[in-house]
Amino acid sequence: MPTFVEPNACNACAGEHLGPLCVYICPNDLMVLDPGMNKGANQEPEMCSECYACVKLCPTEAIHIRGYADFIPLGASVQPKRVEGGFTWTVTFRDGRELQFTYPSRSTPVGSSDPYKDFTEDRVNDLGGQGLAGESKWLGVDKLPPLQAGN
Amino acid sequence: MALPAVETVECDILVVGGGMSGCGAAFESKYWGEDLKVVIVEKAVIERSGATGEGLSAINCYMGQRYGWNTPEDFVKYVVNDMMGLAREDLVYDVGRHVDSSVHLLEEWGLPVWKKDNGEYERIGRWQIPIHGESIKPVTAEPARKAVGPENIYERISITHLLTDANDSGRIAGAIGFGVRENKIWVFKAKAVIITSGGASNVFRPRSVNEGIGRTWYSVFATGSAYGLMIPIGTEMTQMEHRFVPTRFKDGYGPVGMWFQYFHAHVENALGEDYTVTRDSELRKYEPYGSAIPTPTPLRNHQMFLDIKEGKGPMYMRTDLAMQELSGGDPAKMDKVREEAWEDFLDMTIAQALTWASQNIAPEDTPSEVVLAEPYIMGSHSGEAGAWVSGPEDLAPPEYNWGYNKMTTIQGLFAAGDGVGAAPHKFSSGSFTEGRLAAKSAVRFVRDNPGAITVSDAQVRQLSETIWAPLETFEKHKGASTAEDINPNYITPKQALVRLQKIMDEYGGGTSTWYTVNQATLERGIVLIEMLREDLAHQGARSRHELLRSWEVVHRTWTGEAHLRHLLYRKETRWPGYYYRSDYPDLDDQNWRVFVNSRYDAASDKWSLSTKPYINLIK
Ligand SMILES: Cc1cc2nc3c(=O)[nH]c(=O)nc-3n(C[C@H](O)[C@H](O)[C@H](O)COP(=O)(O)OP(=O)(O)OC[C@H]3O[C@@H](n4cnc5c(N)ncnc54)[C@H](O)[C@@H]3O)c2cc1C
Ligand code: SF4
Ligand code: SF4
Repeated sequence: MPTFVEPNACNACAGEHLGPLCVYICPNDLMVLDPGMNKGANQEPEMCSECYACVKLCPTEAIHIRGYADFIPLGASVQPKRVEGGFTWTVTFRDGRELQFTYPSRSTPVGSSDPYKDFTEDRVNDLGGQGLAGESKWLGVDKLPPLQAGN
Repeated sequence: MALPAVETVECDILVVGGGMSGCGAAFESKYWGEDLKVVIVEKAVIERSGATGEGLSAINCYMGQRYGWNTPEDFVKYVVNDMMGLAREDLVYDVGRHVDSSVHLLEEWGLPVWKKDNGEYERIGRWQIPIHGESIKPVTAEPARKAVGPENIYERISITHLLTDANDSGRIAGAIGFGVRENKIWVFKAKAVIITSGGASNVFRPRSVNEGIGRTWYSVFATGSAYGLMIPIGTEMTQMEHRFVPTRFKDGYGPVGMWFQYFHAHVENALGEDYTVTRDSELRKYEPYGSAIPTPTPLRNHQMFLDIKEGKGPMYMRTDLAMQELSGGDPAKMDKVREEAWEDFLDMTIAQALTWASQNIAPEDTPSEVVLAEPYIMGSHSGEAGAWVSGPEDLAPPEYNWGYNKMTTIQGLFAAGDGVGAAPHKFSSGSFTEGRLAAKSAVRFVRDNPGAITVSDAQVRQLSETIWAPLETFEKHKGASTAEDINPNYITPKQALVRLQKIMDEYGGGTSTWYTVNQATLERGIVLIEMLREDLAHQGARSRHELLRSWEVVHRTWTGEAHLRHLLYRKETRWPGYYYRSDYPDLDDQNWRVFVNSRYDAASDKWSLSTKPYINLIK
């Protein structure tokens, strides 16, 4: 459902080193800074998949989603808010009922992954084999199972 | 619009697309090729790009070997049945034997997996585990970015063409594209290239209309690039006739897997009948697959399709009955079930949550409509379109083996995820795994073939002009009319997309023709799509953003054309519920339990189609 930006809430991401974050993140190249207003705006709403990437990242919570006019009745909203380790979602029905849910989304601090930690595969001698990097530690069984052709 | 500057990047391994399989490829190649230069080129930003950018609620491909849940052999049998007898067993097995290690690594990096009290993973179905997957993509992208180094990730560059070696058109040499955010042509020269640029949505006219056409089931960012890049240089493709028609919650396209498998809900027609019961005998027409457990996805679709066609819709998922049953009247249990039900969508298909809220649907009280969607062409989910690749060295029979695992028929060109054909049911985890497998092989290829590749300046020059042409065309001709959209000299990318969708829908078996084709409709469709392909050289783009769309529709059109040609070639109806050939309405295992392959030859502008044997490895 297409995003729309509340003009009074958007500050064009002043001070963000990546620039306007909605423009930075949109996987479909939809968000632009409107040159007249200097505010975030969706340049091609009909190609918006309501993935919410921009909504989740906007530092001022200025971006919302209005259901597709063609088939979504007016009045409802679904809005995420970043909380420690996840998001709290507020779901508002057309008839005003409201639900709230909080779900975790990441169990480690952002930036903490250590790609090849404790991997022991020999980069030269194991290159010809079938094992993948780190598999001796992470596969969960001792070794790659042999194919059971007669199974 | 003068031609922009050309920037050249030289590397050993180029990964085209930083989605699930691209991130897996980048991660793995830098381990084995510590000293090699590995580059990812991505049209968006890898933290949220591709089909998992929005998040996922489950990992759909996990063996659980450590718990003794399944063996890779079990997986192969399941997949082959679900595909009505046609999948490459070597490729499916290869993903199955390795996929658990990928899932465990994703958990280590920060993906929260639902656990039972004893610490074991929770399960949804036989192969699926539930996750709190909102951040699966950033969690996957982070180690990939670290592994290759942020300086080797080139974002906001759309790759439009692959480059072959000036001295050998059967050898890959790199890729070319343009900057989506700056006027620049980018040339990547590479000894090996791994295509991980995703499947295809929006090739068929979607059920969504107007403002909603970005609401497709498979991600609207999936523009058929894996196919549109590989086909024009003569890469052999397989199973391009295959498509997936998802049964989804209506309008929001919310997935139904969790509802069927975890909540044990069922679907009823307007008369309160369950098609899996009333249409059981229909399955007997498609033996031996009709008796397979579980019933193959296309046959389930087929049963529902018959109800809908007979006018017995709408079809309703009885979410209400399922949730009431699970909670057994206990309000605390109901709270938990409600939380899980909404998470399924809020983690993955948020539009469906909004659709429910907008229609005042509380799933514990109100059943929710499901529908058969338009067809999608891809190779990682329940589809099997893609490149014909060499299999794993230790398993693949000679017919499936010409050197390096996951290498296409072009030397040095590898594929993974949606790019690999005849290897379905990989999903997120399996695509990541296949990217890793392709990468390890690509490192071996580069070690074995250290010689330089040659990219001709003339080819770069000519392709640069082609890439930039839509902008030039618009500038040159815009004065010919007072309305930018209506001009005899060009069509806009949006107009081209709508035309493609109309051709595919009406002649290629979309929703408006009940997924039904015959020789005559397909031949007519091919005539029209050939004209479309010619007209795509006359697109007019007003901006770089529209230039992006121009090339996306080119990739989608290659995908659509291959699909029509393959449909025409396979003279049977192998996947009722996905499509029907009215002139060959039956499944014909005798003659057609074979893969259909195609190759496009640019010099003659001709396609050649052939069959390859299905070889049973697991009895
Ligand atoms: C709605 C939905 C629900 C799903 N649910 C599940 C689930 O519950 N569990 C599960 O395991 N799997 C699920 N999947 C499947 C899973 O997302 C895919 O199988 C997987 O992402 C495929 O990986 P891939 O690398 O082939 O493609 P993608 O992950 O889509 O990556 C393709 C990448 O290529 C980039 N790209 C494309 N074209 C170009 C170009 N021309 N130049 C440069 N870059 C380009 C894209 O931006 C993207 O980053 C779901 C998918 C969808 C859409
Ligand atoms: S991310 Fe939010 S604050 Fe920043 S430019 Fe976009 S709408 Fe404005
Ligand atoms: S919701 Fe997704 S597709 Fe739509 S504008 Fe935001 S980031 Fe782009």
